[in-house]
Amino acid sequence: MAPSRGCGGKNFYDTLYGSPVYHLSDFVTMSLTLDQVHRIAHLARIEVDETEARSTLGQLNEIFGLIETMQAIDTQGVAPMAHAQDLAQRLRPDCVTENDQLAWRSAFQAIAPEAEAGLYLVPRVIE
Amino acid sequence: MKHWEVVIGIETHVQLSTASKIFSGSSTAFGAAPNLQANAVDIALPGVLPVLNKAAVECAIRFGLAVGGEVAAKSIFARKNYFYPDLPKGYQISQYELPVVRGGGLPIQFGENEKLISLTRAHLEEDAGKSLHEGLGPTAQGRSGIDLNRAGTPLLEIVSEPDMRSAVEAVAYARALHALVRWIGICDGNMQEGSFRCDANVSVRPAGEVRLGTRREIKNLNSFRFLQQAIDYEVQWQIATIEDGGSIEQATVLFDPASGETRAMRSKEDAHDYRYFPDPDLLPLIIDRQWVEQVRAGLPELPAARRERLIADCGLSAYDARVLTASLDLANYYEATVVAAGRKNAKICANWVMVDLAARLNREDREIGQSPVSATQLGGLIARIADGTISTSMARKVFDELCNSGHSSSADEIIARQGLQQISDDSALTALIDDLLAANPGMVAEFRSGKEKAFNALVGQVMKATRGQANPQRVSELLRRKLG
Repeated sequence: MAPSRGCGGKNFYDTLYGSPVYHLSDFVTMSLTLDQVHRIAHLARIEVDETEARSTLGQLNEIFGLIETMQAIDTQGVAPMAHAQDLAQRLRPDCVTENDQLAWRSAFQAIAPEAEAGLYLVPRVIE
Repeated sequence: MKHWEVVIGIETHVQLSTASKIFSGSSTAFGAAPNLQANAVDIALPGVLPVLNKAAVECAIRFGLAVGGEVAAKSIFARKNYFYPDLPKGYQISQYELPVVRGGGLPIQFGENEKLISLTRAHLEEDAGKSLHEGLGPTAQGRSGIDLNRAGTPLLEIVSEPDMRSAVEAVAYARALHALVRWIGICDGNMQEGSFRCDANVSVRPAGEVRLGTRREIKNLNSFRFLQQAIDYEVQWQIATIEDGGSIEQATVLFDPASGETRAMRSKEDAHDYRYFPDPDLLPLIIDRQWVEQVRAGLPELPAARRERLIADCGLSAYDARVLTASLDLANYYEATVVAAGRKNAKICANWVMVDLAARLNREDREIGQSPVSATQLGGLIARIADGTISTSMARKVFDELCNSGHSSSADEIIARQGLQQISDDSALTALIDDLLAANPGMVAEFRSGKEKAFNALVGQVMKATRGQANPQRVSELLRRKLG
């Protein structure tokens, strides 16, 4: 069986099938709850205890407040930017430039917690 | 019992035929030892930056033009966040709100039917690595092995509209897409190596219902047979579940070829929140009209246009035209055969390529590109059949000789060397027939008493006497004249 990747049901059929696609603007007028902070921390695999969660909640809500203030600016007719710099992506010619990968692999795997027969080892994951 | 309608949409991951990865200079060649094609960018060491491969973008443009979609003047790369050991960065670079190709369509054929499947979008992204669970050493007990050679391999994810209404249509779509991406040279189409993988989104609804039912997504189908089997199973499972009073829950499922069943993946409730956002490491991808037009000029004639031309110019049936345009190599081979044999012999060429050559390739498990006989050789042979130099049965012998000659001989050389020319010369044939009739008075008598079988036996005798070289049609004519 082919190895599985990135499980979960979300894909490009969601909009069609009625599941919402969220945008930042959906959230800016509301503040976060403590539960949401825990959920975000969990999604990012960051361990946050109750005290940290409360202080993080305050900080995040301040950021949301700032965004709310900025919402007052009239952006009608202004195209959204995906990057802070108004430049185009530079492209690279299709050339293999990596040589001596055996030496590189040894160097990379020397700092890996576990490696064997050229593979990185991780706690068993299987679907 | 209610009548159910099946609704299927397909997402396909097409591995692009570039030499290097989408964001790094590592090789994409298949089959290297683990992690020998994974550099600092691919394994996501801190401080590295992705630089986009121009050839991968060009593949996307080719595809967009081939399906009549819109090639976006500006598209954006986004991070798709999830955690999995074979995804070193903790996100996959993909495209979300502004993909490189929007819309377009793909005509499919199934049985006598044709249908246009609309495409939603196609976007560029990087592949993840591979997790290995078996064949690890004794010290790796309870561990999975991670090979990042595939990480960063360029993919084009092609998303169809949910336009298909049966497993047969889904397979026809996958086959048409597979043929197209190979035709335009953006993917090698090797399904065993994972170069072309489909996810099928399947739902059912009562006939006449407008709203869509809840879908389940069957992941990672890497053969047309599995696609068919998985959808067939999933559809009957969904219908049975609903008819038994149950309901379908949205889920990602895997197909198990051994049992022929689909089963839900052990999914985490939070796994489907990918938190896409524009990747700050990559600037917008700008594709100007000039580049698009340059790519358009380099595209081969597309399969549909090629089929139309073969029907019009070579007098082929729609079926023959479809078979001969299964791949660009096959279509080119066929047309080169016609050039060598002459346009008026185009139909005989089609038969030889589709029957005799196809059987030979099939037996030897070869692709048309590795044909043991060149199009020029085959065309030369067909020309000799058409002008009556050799009979069809003799031609089969010459064909075998050509296949074994390693592209070194021509049909004419083999015919001359082995003296295989058909005997159409009346004086030689008449002399033979006279001898034969004199030697077989019994058969002659049988024929005269009305037994048509005896006539065929006499023709057979002439053919045998000439080791098959007599023109059987001419022998019949001469024999009837003698006996008549």
